[in-house]
Amino acid sequence: MADMINANDIRTKYLRDGMLPTIFCNGCGHGNAIDYTFWAIEELGIDTKDIALASGIGCSSRIPGYVNADGLHTTHGRAIAFATGTKAANPDLNVIVFTGDGDCTGIGGNHFIHAARRNIDMTVILLNNFIYGMTGGQLAPTAPMGSIATTAPYGNIEQAFNISELAAALGAAYVARWPVFYPYQPIKSIKEGLSTEGFALIELMSPCPTAYGRRNKLGKIDVLWNWYEDNTILIEDYKKIMTYGTDDEKVAVMDKLQIGVFQQESKKGFFEEYWKMVEMLMERDDAKHKEVSK
Amino acid sequence: MIEIIVDWCKGCDICIHRCPVDALEKSEELNKRGVYPPKLKEENDCTHCRLCELLCPDFAITVTTEEGEDDDKKKKSKLILGGIVNEV
Repeated sequence: MADMINANDIRTKYLRDGMLPTIFCNGCGHGNAIDYTFWAIEELGIDTKDIALASGIGCSSRIPGYVNADGLHTTHGRAIAFATGTKAANPDLNVIVFTGDGDCTGIGGNHFIHAARRNIDMTVILLNNFIYGMTGGQLAPTAPMGSIATTAPYGNIEQAFNISELAAALGAAYVARWPVFYPYQPIKSIKEGLSTEGFALIELMSPCPTAYGRRNKLGKIDVLWNWYEDNTILIEDYKKIMTYGTDDEKVAVMDKLQIGVFQQESKKGFFEEYWKMVEMLMERDDAKHKEVSK
Repeated sequence: MIEIIVDWCKGCDICIHRCPVDALEKSEELNKRGVYPPKLKEENDCTHCRLCELLCPDFAITVTTEEGEDDDKKKKSKLILGGIVNEV
């Protein structure tokens, strides 16, 4: 009888020795993101030698340190730029970018936008916790209206950045958003993201009780985890309510965050087109060379 | 059976709050960090759904199914686990 794969096997296989316990705060969801990524890699049967991780600066960017695979810990916001270089140098690698909301959309917003537009083959796992957690709780662009932060002591008056919809509008091949407390959907999405050619964005909503929850009266871990349950709605349900629902129902779901798979398309990635062009030009040059030598 | 790496636990109690059959409770002994890690209740309805294992942010929980335990439960847990079914 073949044994079922055990969580302990996953940990001994993918976690770097001597790094645990993690530095993440009590109640942080970033650990879950690591776990889900491991399960996705295990289910796809990818060798850790074929994986390259990249990360910027922030809590989420500590993640490559815990994974038993090659990783880059790069400058603030530039993880996607470094990952593009990695993919260009070795197209056989599966490039995974771990990044936070402040890192990816605040500091490195343009790198993100253009990587999604060019459809570069990589999987971006974006851990959205609404705040710059590591530096002490400054307001991130993704924070909902009214959030309290150290740089917004009277409440946030700015519109929140809807990253997944932006990526979908830019034509990324795969876009999904899930809160971390649903285990199976993120695992499936990461799997699909890894096997998709082109740019895949998986936005995981990770609770931050220390920097975000504490200031917003959600400091208790279970309260914050339940907040996500009460303030999210599946895209399919949202669309149905917006089309067929009554006015009261529409108002009730208006401000909720949509979760689910935003976009799933099969289109060629940037580097596939690039290598095709390189081959085409080399053939042309070879033909010219032969003509000259004749 | 639930194996817990006691010293990796930070005491967030997510496993206790999220258990669908309420099978976990706080233990009486402190760990190295000074928090009470979870433990399985003596009388419990654990169905080996593995939710605590997947939801633990600190990799501290492993759910194991012992040989000879209820076969129905075993099959159930196999099908649930993130799509991994090596053998049924």
